[in-house]
Amino acid sequence: MKTVIDDYIREEMFPHMWCPGCGNGIVLGAIIRAIDDLKWDRDKIVMISGIGCSSRITGYVDFCSMNTTHGRALPFATGIKMANLDLKVVVVMGDGDCSAIGGNHFIHAARRNIDLTAIIINNMIYGMTGGQYSPLTPTGRFGTTAPYGNIDQAFDLTSLAMAAGASYVARGTVYHVRQSISLMKKALDKKGFSVVEMISDCPISFGKMNKMRTAVEMLKWIKDIAVSKKAWENLSVEERKEKFVIGEFLDIDRPEYNERYNEIIKKAQKMGGNE
Amino acid sequence: MKQKKLVEIYQNNSVKISVDREWCKACGICIEFCPKDVLIPDNQGKPIPENIDACIKCNLCELRCPDFAITVEGVKEKDE
Repeated sequence: MKTVIDDYIREEMFPHMWCPGCGNGIVLGAIIRAIDDLKWDRDKIVMISGIGCSSRITGYVDFCSMNTTHGRALPFATGIKMANLDLKVVVVMGDGDCSAIGGNHFIHAARRNIDLTAIIINNMIYGMTGGQYSPLTPTGRFGTTAPYGNIDQAFDLTSLAMAAGASYVARGTVYHVRQSISLMKKALDKKGFSVVEMISDCPISFGKMNKMRTAVEMLKWIKDIAVSKKAWENLSVEERKEKFVIGEFLDIDRPEYNERYNEIIKKAQKMGGNE
Repeated sequence: MKQKKLVEIYQNNSVKISVDREWCKACGICIEFCPKDVLIPDNQGKPIPENIDACIKCNLCELRCPDFAITVEGVKEKDE
């Protein structure tokens, strides 16, 4: 049987290289279903990724795609969007890619509010390189470079994006996949910088170090730590530890970068007498 | 397009469940989170819709499958 998914993937590349139960595949499915629901012309979609497990995603989709350098997916995407405003640019990054190596690019893409959609697959660890802790590893969780527990505090990526100036910010999980698809649809359709953080599982690197060796155990954990906004308000400070709010956080209209850029071109031409 | 060889199809008069045994990596997500316990693991841990009559076509197994290995579709009675 031919499904929506078969329509959008490079089938010769499958089965994919991700580990059994890896959330990247679930996120890929959600992105494809969201794009299919929007009925976009696939030749106008560009998917860009950096380096890491999640970044292999661009090799599996039948869109225009580009696998760039570590953390630099957003600058490449910015260039592509500015060169051709007709393109829909989707950037898929991992947590290390987006918040550590590409952290500055992330806040500045949000600050410019350029019309891109960033989907961040947050599995809370550097999976590909062997389980080093990332800036999104929760405090107290273990990694191969944090054998006694992580002492750092994790970024709240959604708050960071909101503070930096994004137009749309939401968080989903690989367990709440239906909700995540609708969040992605809104994000993709939004004009301006839109961010969807997807809490994902990594049974091999994160799970192994944290007593959740299977994808099923990890998904159960994700189900437990993800709470709705309403439930969050009723939790005490102690109960909020290692919990995530899921859902939509921000949906506003801010001036988009290319619009302002085109205005400034017109203004300069007028001043130079080249109208 | 390459023809998939290892797709097993299970069907009753309302639902058709296909399992791609080549793509499935036996992570067990579909089996564990099926709300109606339709699926059971075989000796490799890959799903078999043993209890297919209980399927309510919620498609959660299909949506949560990281490997795009399981699909659920409704069967129209006219097709029979």
